[in-house]
Amino acid sequence: MNTPILQMRGITKTFPGVKALQDVTLDVNRGEVHAICGENGAGKSTLMKVLSGVYAHNTFDGEILFENEPCNFSSISDSEKRGIVIIHQELALSPYLSIAENIYLGNEQATNGWVDWRKTNLEAARLLARVGLDENPVTPVQHISVGKQQLVEIAKALSKEVKLLILDEPTAALNDEDSGHLLDLILHLKGQGVTSIIISHKLNEIRKVADAVTIIRDGKTIETLRLDEGQITQERIIRGMVGRDLESLYPDREPNIGEEVLRIEDWSVRHPQDHSRMVVNNANLHVRKGEVVGLAGLMGAGRTELAMSVFGRTYGTATSGKVYKYGEEINTATVSDAIRHGIAYATEDRKHYGLNLIEDIKRNISLAALRKLAKHGFVDKNQETVVANGYRRSMNIKAPSVAAITGKLSGGNQQKVVLSKWMFSDPDVLILDEPTRGIDVGAKYEIYTIIAKLAAEGKAVIVISSELPELLGICDRIYTLAAGHITGEVPIAEATQETLMHYMTKEKE
Amino acid sequence: MSALRESLGFLTSRLRQVGIFVALILIVLLFQGLTGGILLEPQNVTNLVVQNSYILILAIGMVMVIIAGHIDLSVGSVAGFIGAVAGVMIVHWGWPWWAAIPACLLVGALVGAWQGYWIAYVGIPAFIVTLAGMLIFRGLTLITLKNQQITPFPAELRALGGGFLPDISGGTSVLEWLTVILGVGATIALLIQAFKERRVRRKFDLESEPMVWFVIKTTFTALLMLIITFLLASYRGTPIVLVVLAVLVIGYTALMNNSVFGRHTYAIGGNLHAAELSGIKTKAVTFRLFVNMGVLAALAGLVFTARLNSAQPAGGTGFELDSIAAAFIGGAAVTGGIGTVAGAMIGGLIMGVLNNGMSILGLGTDYQQLIKGLVLLVAVGFDIFNKNRGGGGGEMGKRFKLKTSPSPAQEQPAPAAGEAVEAGIK
Repeated sequence: MNTPILQMRGITKTFPGVKALQDVTLDVNRGEVHAICGENGAGKSTLMKVLSGVYAHNTFDGEILFENEPCNFSSISDSEKRGIVIIHQELALSPYLSIAENIYLGNEQATNGWVDWRKTNLEAARLLARVGLDENPVTPVQHISVGKQQLVEIAKALSKEVKLLILDEPTAALNDEDSGHLLDLILHLKGQGVTSIIISHKLNEIRKVADAVTIIRDGKTIETLRLDEGQITQERIIRGMVGRDLESLYPDREPNIGEEVLRIEDWSVRHPQDHSRMVVNNANLHVRKGEVVGLAGLMGAGRTELAMSVFGRTYGTATSGKVYKYGEEINTATVSDAIRHGIAYATEDRKHYGLNLIEDIKRNISLAALRKLAKHGFVDKNQETVVANGYRRSMNIKAPSVAAITGKLSGGNQQKVVLSKWMFSDPDVLILDEPTRGIDVGAKYEIYTIIAKLAAEGKAVIVISSELPELLGICDRIYTLAAGHITGEVPIAEATQETLMHYMTKEKE
Repeated sequence: MSALRESLGFLTSRLRQVGIFVALILIVLLFQGLTGGILLEPQNVTNLVVQNSYILILAIGMVMVIIAGHIDLSVGSVAGFIGAVAGVMIVHWGWPWWAAIPACLLVGALVGAWQGYWIAYVGIPAFIVTLAGMLIFRGLTLITLKNQQITPFPAELRALGGGFLPDISGGTSVLEWLTVILGVGATIALLIQAFKERRVRRKFDLESEPMVWFVIKTTFTALLMLIITFLLASYRGTPIVLVVLAVLVIGYTALMNNSVFGRHTYAIGGNLHAAELSGIKTKAVTFRLFVNMGVLAALAGLVFTARLNSAQPAGGTGFELDSIAAAFIGGAAVTGGIGTVAGAMIGGLIMGVLNNGMSILGLGTDYQQLIKGLVLLVAVGFDIFNKNRGGGGGEMGKRFKLKTSPSPAQEQPAPAAGEAVEAGIK
């Protein structure tokens, strides 16, 4: 059984100024599910790009043997010819094309240049049956859920006679049920002889499916753990990934909680297109001065939607309910109203919703409160620079100057720019949506420190996060959401991952 | 090592701005040679300014619209329509120029408001709304003129197109002294401003410009201004429309660089969603940009009509393409968020010198169009090349950020930013 299908030896990939991969080794046996773990920026995706030919064979050092033959791929189509198929985290499907068309995109079932629709749809139906997806092949992809789209991607891979399937964070956007289904499918395909490499952060999933785990840190292979040798344990993986113990992940803080700042009553929001769907249903919550409140919930629970609907109705329609600040009702119908009432919302998607990536640091920081810097409609640029330099120092933004373009900063530094922007608007309530998404562990600690400092300054902070340990590490109180309902309110002393998960999966009675 | 890299990075980041300016100089020198010195004769320089003034006026509004991520295809028709309106008001109704000009600008504002409403508040793409506007206002021009030109206009209005500031020496001197005073004064003001800005940048530790470069650039600009002053002064002095244009360029540069409105415009073009979530009233900004474009189109229409001394059914045809080309040659980004008024002016002048030089050489419009098209392509192609080279391509390189496949520049920071797309550790 233990015959190697893939051997990567001494892979070194250098970008100008940075060694992304250094002498990385990866051995994958035929018919196993091999997980690759590592922090953000550890080099996992780069390694998979090397393997799949995104980086041509002459741009890195080292050798790749697939089925004992050397590989010299110049593009993805070269690796696909050999049976190596990669499914990226962001799905590469065309929303307006049908399922069948997507499956055979670039590989059309055609005779003499004319598409054979009968064959296309029949073959697609066969593949859909194989991945356990009960959908008509002519359905446009935009009409099926993300979980099902993921299955279409796998069906597409199967259509290419896949031998080695690479899945880059396949469950990142899926709910628990779909994730479970997907993992079952991976095991099912393993039974049919398909070898898989799965990149994932979710340790419970890895424990469920992986036969072996290779840990990568700072572009180097740390170790490969094997299930049959009893090496795959959560502690060991985390230690390998982080290089230190979990305890020091969160800063200490002494909460100093005062009066209530913001209260949301009977808040309901409907889906912007499908008006019959209640995305947030009769939610009630409040947050006090100096308090860090968590909003926990699974994908689709309505956390971001709740926050954005409060912040200037930037999500949803037919929003109803009341918002009180210091006991008085306030109107937050537009973003500028919300900002004027001292509410700030730092988005979960800073690249699309948070930053102007082609603009420099100082102009991003000043954007939400530009009028504070302006006299008669004209901005005092010197004052702006002074302000931005202040935040660069206090937030420890690593950049040559505040005139640096934000698109060139790392995720952690971009997030610090977003936080600076909202701190400059001088809010009383900060809503931080996934503040540490896409940030490496060192920078995460800095963000947690900033959150603790904001609370110590008397701000009320609401943190939305998908990472329960993070909420447990920084919050004083946690609300749970499930399907638009607030299903629980747990003080930190009573909160554990298990109790939160229990409320997060609770159906309405 | 790092000092060397810094100065190299500085030069590449300015490559585009320097490049476009050098291109203009080279084109001027080329035609100066080819035309045997006619191009830079005082009379021709004056002609150049006057001939291109309305395109330059349009390019100011156009680059602002483009920075916000929109486009305006209707400005040629609007300029023609305002010419027609001016003709009716002044020639048929006998309105004095001081009433007709504000009235025409108001009509321009209303036209802009009409288009801005559909674009900003209804949400129809600007391309469609202004394509419709191009047809609508051409139609209205023909209707207003009943398909016949209106002429002649009184001298007061004609001065806007072809008039000069008065000669204070009473015609006795070789040089127009008022022009000399204005030109030298402007040059001194420019020098003072440049040193002031540099001192402030120094103070806040933002200076990236090497001293040598600063000296060369400032001296060169000052010399250029003095040469133009001399050339204008030795013909008939300062064209009135040049004064109008100078005021517009200075005013709109300040507006775009320093005003809240200008900043909001860049923010909308750079990232619409982020701008919205930062509390910017994006619809109001877009609406105002199109009102502004309407006013500037009206002004361009007035200048054009004044210059021809006639409101014509086909007046303004093709202006939209020249002004759009000026903005893009001047470094504006198709995807918005990038561009400058000064850049658009240089872009417009490149087009103008090409037109003028080729006309002197006797090349027909056939070759003129061919060459202008190639220049547009090369200018934008240079940007793409600059960007794909990676490294310090600078902000200008990002103008096609959505149009091309991921460039090395975007993939390179994989260890830092590239993998940041991976979700957090569970």
